[in-house]
Amino acid sequence: MSTGLPPFLQVRGLAKRFDGAPKPVFANVAFTLERGEFVCVIGHSGCGKTTILNILAGLDTATLGEVTMDGREVAGPSLDRGVVFQGHALMPWLSVRGNIAFGVRSRWPDWNRERIAAHCQKYIDLVHLTGNETKKPSELSGGMKQRVGIARAFAIEPKMLLLDEPFGALDALTRGAIQDELTRICAETHQTVFMITHDVDEAILLADKILLMTNGPEARIAEVVVNTLPRERTRHDIHHHPHYYRIRNHLVDFLVHRSKLLQEGRAEDAANEDLPSVVRPGETALKQVR
Amino acid sequence: MRERAKSWVLSLLLLAVLLFSWHLASLPKSGPATGMDPEYAKMMGLDKPKSDGLPTLSQMGATVRKQLSNPFYDAGSNDKGIGIQLAYSLGRVGLGFFLAALVAIPLGFVIGLSPVVHRALNPFIQVLKPISPLAWMPLALYTIKDSATSSIFVIFICSVWPMLINTAHGVSSVRREWLNVARTLEAGTMRTCFEVILPAAAPVILTGARISMGIAWLVIVAAEMLVGNLGVGYFVWNEWNNLSLANVIFAILVIGVVGMILDLLFGALQRAVTFVE
Ligand SMILES: Nc1ncnc2c1ncn2[C@@H]1O[C@H](COP(=O)(O)OP(=O)(O)OP(=O)(O)O)[C@@H](O)[C@H]1O
Ligand SMILES: [Mg+2]
Repeated sequence: MSTGLPPFLQVRGLAKRFDGAPKPVFANVAFTLERGEFVCVIGHSGCGKTTILNILAGLDTATLGEVTMDGREVAGPSLDRGVVFQGHALMPWLSVRGNIAFGVRSRWPDWNRERIAAHCQKYIDLVHLTGNETKKPSELSGGMKQRVGIARAFAIEPKMLLLDEPFGALDALTRGAIQDELTRICAETHQTVFMITHDVDEAILLADKILLMTNGPEARIAEVVVNTLPRERTRHDIHHHPHYYRIRNHLVDFLVHRSKLLQEGRAEDAANEDLPSVVRPGETALKQVR
Repeated sequence: MRERAKSWVLSLLLLAVLLFSWHLASLPKSGPATGMDPEYAKMMGLDKPKSDGLPTLSQMGATVRKQLSNPFYDAGSNDKGIGIQLAYSLGRVGLGFFLAALVAIPLGFVIGLSPVVHRALNPFIQVLKPISPLAWMPLALYTIKDSATSSIFVIFICSVWPMLINTAHGVSSVRREWLNVARTLEAGTMRTCFEVILPAAAPVILTGARISMGIAWLVIVAAEMLVGNLGVGYFVWNEWNNLSLANVIFAILVIGVVGMILDLLFGALQRAVTFVE
């Protein structure tokens, strides 16, 4: 996919050390994202995924390294990057529409009331919450709240979406339904998405690329796994594809064994590894057969 | 529903017991009067039921009726209806409280947002807060030289602390994620203050306001007893000097009822801004 142009999002040599901590949480993190790409990050709890997302969002600053989006350095939060927070973060005193309108009013300050309401309605309909416009978050189910969070991020029409375990607290059924909605919306709007997840199957379903993080401290992105399944995939049919288990086994193997080993072997690796290695599970095997 | 009915019945029962004990306590005492020379008693003014202290229920009823039938009468500087007195007291409380809110809420915002300001002001707050508001009275009278303004100042100084402390606490404990949402949505400082921090802290701020109002209403009576020539506090004191216990009791009841109404009002306000997370 090299087009000659610089990548849409470029992260170089990113490191973060919190005050008082002896070692950085992660160091030398580098990856790129192309426009319209859906990328998932997987790694063990505490390896620094949320911290990376916060830096991408501009909510936190890196100790070392730089992030550029669309040719410009990320310095501070911006409406260009919509964030869906781990644990929805809706404002409980505002209605569903009020929560979504909050960002819309920032984005288009000169819009009048009707225009804002109409724009909000579009996104409320998009996440199938029609009829719940005036409800407060406390009157919604967990899945509905999460969908309001997604609608809020989408409604500002950002250049990129940052999702922090958006479906973490949901039951399997709701999760599946919202995953389908997210796939549909992203396909319709050609969104660029950076998403953190703990769920290997979710990553395989949604992502074009999966970034694998080693354990912290001094975590880094060790591998970029390219999803070799066809883009038109659903929760029901991915299991039948021959590549599915190859990818899945690769990811699980990484989480269970290699994430730890790579962390320990980091000292030797660090010098010669700037960009993570790219892996295409299944494809090499196919080539060998041919 | 049953529980409700039960508590109503119990309340009424309690009221009946109270009134009955009052009735018993206020029965004209025959004891000391019989042993006394009637002429002597008359001379000392001990023969009238009034001198027995507690008014009877019927006397009390008559006083209440008389006071309520014309609450706004004005017969000279020492004789005004309870309505006028209440209006003065409420006016002072309202003004003092309003000024206190005007200072406490913005200052509380600053303290809540800036740990540096918090640490800088904290010693002053800690020393000033426990001072009885009435202790300020002489200083206020000396500097302001006007008794009405002094009592407003005393109300101000006693209402300021709970509102200040609660506002600072409410503002500093606004959930980080809401502030982060506001930042990612590029809400400016003003919008973040008024549309995120204020509504998020409003329940805590109003709790402070409610406490302040309660204290202010306690303090105004005492302050007016000290300085006033108007107001319910002064009314109580004046009626005591007139030895009219019925009027004193009436005023006490009015103070209680008004205090309750004020508290209910703030309770309703508090409920209006409270949100469920
Ligand atoms: N404000 C902070 N101050 C100090 N240490 C922090 C701070 N925030 C996070 N950390 C540390 O940084 C590490 C990474 O935290 P982070 O929240 O990014 O993890 P995560 O990968 O998102 O984990 P999870 O999957 O559980 O959400 C943790 O070890 C945490 O203790
Ligand atoms: Mg996290």
